[in-house]
Amino acid sequence: MTKKYIEKIKPYVWLASFAVFTIGSFWFGFDPGKTIYQSFTKSFIEMITFIPFLFIIVGLFDVWFPKEKIEKHIGKDSGIKGILMVVILAMLQAGPLYGAFPVAYILYKKGASIKNIFIYLEVFSTLKIPMLGIEIGYLGLNFTLARTLVALPLFIAIGYFMEWYLKNRNFKINDV
Amino acid sequence: MNNALIFISLSIFTSLVSFLLDKKKTILGFKKGFKMFKNIVIPFLNILILVSLLLFIVPPQMVVKYLGAGSGAIGFAIAAVVGSITLIPGFISYPIASGLLKQGASYSTVAVFMTTLMMVGVVTLPLEIKYFGKKIAILRNLLNFIIAIIIGILIGIIL
Repeated sequence: MTKKYIEKIKPYVWLASFAVFTIGSFWFGFDPGKTIYQSFTKSFIEMITFIPFLFIIVGLFDVWFPKEKIEKHIGKDSGIKGILMVVILAMLQAGPLYGAFPVAYILYKKGASIKNIFIYLEVFSTLKIPMLGIEIGYLGLNFTLARTLVALPLFIAIGYFMEWYLKNRNFKINDV
Repeated sequence: MNNALIFISLSIFTSLVSFLLDKKKTILGFKKGFKMFKNIVIPFLNILILVSLLLFIVPPQMVVKYLGAGSGAIGFAIAAVVGSITLIPGFISYPIASGLLKQGASYSTVAVFMTTLMMVGVVTLPLEIKYFGKKIAILRNLLNFIIAIIIGILIGIIL
């Protein structure tokens, strides 16, 4: 019971101590505390003016382009269409990289090519749409565009390289 | 502010189109989006606190010295190594990256930091080994490290 309770309030500890620290700083006229608070407010406004809207777009994307539908199209299709599908599928995901490994296993089971599996992992780790949205917000559209355009050909190259390297080496993915 | 305008108009536009096409789906999309937002908002606030603290503690001169345009290969190497060994969720790393840029770090250094952060997972390597085996997992991360460096250099040239 208490353990569960601790888990529940844990994320708020930082916030609460920061609130206490800030109130204290203003009360006692502690200037560094005020400066930190001002910098926090600035970045908070920066964040709250675009992140909620980003998630509206992401949520709508999620219902209009369901991942399950795209997964069906990957299969053995190893042509350009297959690559395109894998890139789109990976871009639609969310979450940390360790969430991508089980999906890679499923793709492997469904008969996706080696090339596409590795392209999936690369794109998943760096070009997910929600992340790109946040990146545009923080680092600007130019940065994100440059990074995407530079990265994508390299990722496809990795896919081809891995396929060539693993062709006769008994490639398999384990179910963990 | 510019950013906010882009995202607000884009979200209004997509919502409108989606709403006209399918009311039910649109509401479901809103719900999904809100759920995702709810999941990240507290960790996000925490990281904003941390970044505000760091911006105060770490003097800009130091960031410029070690990660700025004049820091050359050393700054680049520091960013690549730190990015490879740390595990920071993507969305959380962007406020840090933007803070680094504001403090005077160069674009290529920030790019290599971000890309190694995302692509090279020393911490997740044991898990990756379980799925792919030692050889493939290490090879993939090694290739990713090289590619992250190429990406960093190219972005430095482009921007």
